[in-house]
Amino acid sequence: MAIRATLKNHGDESRLINRRLLLAGLFAFILLLGLMARLLVLQVLKYDHFDKLSANNHIDITAIGPQRGLIYDRNGVLLADNVPTFSLELTAEKVANLEFTLQTLADLFALDTVEIAAIRKEIKQQRSFRQVVVRQRLTEEEVAIFSVNRHRLPGVDVVARLLRNYPQGALFTHAVGYVGRINEKDLMRIDVQAYKGTSHIGKTGIEKYYESTLHGEVGYQQVETNASGRVVRQLSREPATSGQDLFLYLDLKLQQTAADALSDAEFNGAIVAMDPRTGGVIAMVSQPDFDPNAFVSGIGYKAYGELRDSPDRPLFDRTLRGRYPPGSTLKPFVALAGLEAGLVHSHNKVFCPGWYKLPGKEHRYRCWKRRGHGKMDLLNALGQSCDVYFYDLTMTLGIDRLHGFLNLFNFGRKTGVDVAGESAGLSPSREWKRAARNQVWFPGETLISGIGQGFNQMTPIQLAHATAILAMRGQVRPPRVVRATRDTGEQDIVSLPIELGESVPIIDPQNWESAIDGMIEVMHGKRGTARRSAIDLPFEIAGKTGTAQVFNIKQNEKYDAATLEKKLHDHALFIAIAPADDPQFVVAVVVENGGGGSKVAAPMARKMIDAYFGFDEEKEEVEADEEKEETDETPDESESEQTTSNNGAGTSE
Amino acid sequence: MSLIDRQQPARWSLTGFLARIHLDAMLLLLLLAVSGIGLLLLYSASDQDIDLLIRHGIRLAAAVGMMFVLAQIHPDRYRDTAYILYGAGLILLIAVLVMGTMGKGAQRWLDLGFFRFQPSEIMKLAVPILVATFLSEKTLPPTAGRLFLGLVMVLIPTLLIAKQPDLGTALLIASSGIIVLFLSGISWRIIFAFISLSAAALPVLWYVMHDYQRQRVLTFINPESDPLGSGYHIIQSKIAIGSGGVMGLGWLQGKQSHLDFLPESSTDFVFAVIAEEFGLIGACLLLLSYFFVASRGLYIASQAQSGFGRLLAGSISLVFLVYVFVNVGMVTGLLPVVGIPLPLISYGGTSMVTLFAGFGILMSIHTHRRMMGP
Repeated sequence: MAIRATLKNHGDESRLINRRLLLAGLFAFILLLGLMARLLVLQVLKYDHFDKLSANNHIDITAIGPQRGLIYDRNGVLLADNVPTFSLELTAEKVANLEFTLQTLADLFALDTVEIAAIRKEIKQQRSFRQVVVRQRLTEEEVAIFSVNRHRLPGVDVVARLLRNYPQGALFTHAVGYVGRINEKDLMRIDVQAYKGTSHIGKTGIEKYYESTLHGEVGYQQVETNASGRVVRQLSREPATSGQDLFLYLDLKLQQTAADALSDAEFNGAIVAMDPRTGGVIAMVSQPDFDPNAFVSGIGYKAYGELRDSPDRPLFDRTLRGRYPPGSTLKPFVALAGLEAGLVHSHNKVFCPGWYKLPGKEHRYRCWKRRGHGKMDLLNALGQSCDVYFYDLTMTLGIDRLHGFLNLFNFGRKTGVDVAGESAGLSPSREWKRAARNQVWFPGETLISGIGQGFNQMTPIQLAHATAILAMRGQVRPPRVVRATRDTGEQDIVSLPIELGESVPIIDPQNWESAIDGMIEVMHGKRGTARRSAIDLPFEIAGKTGTAQVFNIKQNEKYDAATLEKKLHDHALFIAIAPADDPQFVVAVVVENGGGGSKVAAPMARKMIDAYFGFDEEKEEVEADEEKEETDETPDESESEQTTSNNGAGTSE
Repeated sequence: MSLIDRQQPARWSLTGFLARIHLDAMLLLLLLAVSGIGLLLLYSASDQDIDLLIRHGIRLAAAVGMMFVLAQIHPDRYRDTAYILYGAGLILLIAVLVMGTMGKGAQRWLDLGFFRFQPSEIMKLAVPILVATFLSEKTLPPTAGRLFLGLVMVLIPTLLIAKQPDLGTALLIASSGIIVLFLSGISWRIIFAFISLSAAALPVLWYVMHDYQRQRVLTFINPESDPLGSGYHIIQSKIAIGSGGVMGLGWLQGKQSHLDFLPESSTDFVFAVIAEEFGLIGACLLLLSYFFVASRGLYIASQAQSGFGRLLAGSISLVFLVYVFVNVGMVTGLLPVVGIPLPLISYGGTSMVTLFAGFGILMSIHTHRRMMGP
């Protein structure tokens, strides 16, 4: 019985436990279904959500920066290209001992503490697998030094990158401009998407103006990255489209001639030469200049400070932004204004006693020639640059008509040249003076405006452009630097159409010839102010000298170059058209503190003409002879138009 | 028996041979299948780390060896040594705790010079053996007093291990003991009272928890609150699972794991890799395989000839599923992150040896059955 009870109990026990086992098994199965339901939710219902999150995790889109378009001069000489440069780069995560590495690099490449600190800062900011530039543009010698020491410097490498390069150095620095690293200010104005993968952007000149053409289109590659952001492999690729190449009107030879002319004479200034038929700018030089290549790789603070603070202002593009009183170079335009207004005839004569007085006023406005020119007709007045003739003419014309006429030649307005940073200059008027200074216009101001003094301010490009309009007898061709473009990989160079501006309305074509005849007289007349710059030319050229006052000389003082500081010397200006009857070339020269237009500026213009037409070789001897003649002549070239003390002093901006 | 023998002589003889060396053919097949597949999964999850795979293989072999040895031991020997095993385990646990206090910091290991082992692993088996032994000494269901004593036997090591702190192992040990108590047939009234009490004890538990454990609970409730810190594991794991979809990305094609987004991809979070690479189908098949393993264990338990055998075999089988539920629950974001590996697959140490040791005991219970018969 006892045994049976035990057995029965044992059987009960077994059934009890088995029941519980079954229950537990069922419960576990329900839990299992619960887990499966959870998986269903995650993997089916929320699949899209998590799939996207996963892709966001590991798929990264990185930009491929386009290759910047190249820039060539008119003869196909390369002015800006992209060259592989070697830079020394450091990858922090591969560096075993950062302190030792930095110290060694400092010793090998003579890095100062400031540079080391900058590198250290960048290492901290970058992710550890990203490269940090230690030094750019390594020389071959530096590459060799590194190679020898490479074993001591794990994590440091020489990397080749494409960097903008200007093979002509400083020669085109203002015209072509330069690119620099994209900064905060640039980010405000650019489409950030389009510049992904690009580190540099056009900062000045053509590089800035044609930024969108040169830049090209950014490409993309889809890459897979791991959790630390390192690229594991490339998934897809949309290649970048390189920027278009630019072919300029600018000519290396003319550019060089202009730069040499200014720098040989040790003057600051600007020369702009154009083909009046196309508006193409053949030369565009501002002196002093600087090496744009320094800005590409990031100019040092100290070096930049020196350029910025230099009294010669090398960073300043005088061709587009330099504002100078045109002085007597304005006279042909004033003459034309008078002729077209029908107020004067070329044969009308004015007596020049050496001074001019406004009716009812005692103040004497002087002619540069103190003893006077005597009786002057238009031809001689231009040829000898008689101030009194133009005082008289301008008073008859009045400021309103003068201003209106000069407007047609783009005075006081931007020429629209395709280089960034142009200034509008200033062509004064009653309205301008009221708006800008809240003052009424005085007759004396009209007077001195007629000889290009007073408030008048022109940029060299404006001067060249106006001269080109005059040369083309009223046809307007806005100045253009870029002649043609070429898509990357294409052979065809596509010329840009020659733009036609609104022509100057012509009353009588003979008036234009009279004005130009006056300019021919300047070059070829017996008493022409620039006659010595026109010797031995196979054709007639037209020109006009100008001397712009930098500071006011009191009524009874005489301008004496010898006693004045150089920076107070007059600016020398010159414009020329060659040949006069078949204009192919115009040039405007502004020489800061050069003194006389005929003595300093005109010979430079002649050099440009010689270089353009290929007369350079014979010319050198002639110049040597001229130097000797110089001294025994009367000082008829120093046209220092002495005006009233209330004139706006011409300054170079 | 002889009838079947004639119909399928080869297969039956292998099963018979295995039974003679005290191995259960079905369980062995299931375990080796899951572990073998596990090796392939681990190869992918570890980013094709052959060295890791070899180490895992060696451990697997050692574990299978351990299973074989333990299967040879008669179940009665386990019952006889239950108190000694438990006592020894307790002493080692205390030793580890004391050494840990001296060494300042978490201490789970006992370094015996030639190898290190965790005393808590002994307790994973010692606790169910002892509780099963203790309860089967008298008729079941146990009286309230015996039930209380059984509970104490469970709680002492649980608290010691929770103190280490090793919440995952403590949880497993607690479940192994409580499952024995449940199987012993305690009345539903007590069970519900126990559940209510546990719920009431939750705030107390919160109070005694370590900061990092609280942090885990907090991030479990809202993982997005700290996406790069403690929530990172769960977020990345859910992304891995979810992006696997129905079919998965394919073996070795997982993005989250191979690109290092998923942490612990070859240890605690290996299930996320499986779900990413083999999708809903693969993950569910794996879960089902686990259930088959446990079912075979439950079947063995139901066939055991003693109350002790039933209780112990049932506990070992069900704890195996607790591993699965806690791990998969954690990886899928249903449960807080507690350090419990995915059984048979996760790379790592002693827990696999203990698991196979448990299966060894299971096989011992099953294969020593007939000898006990009349």
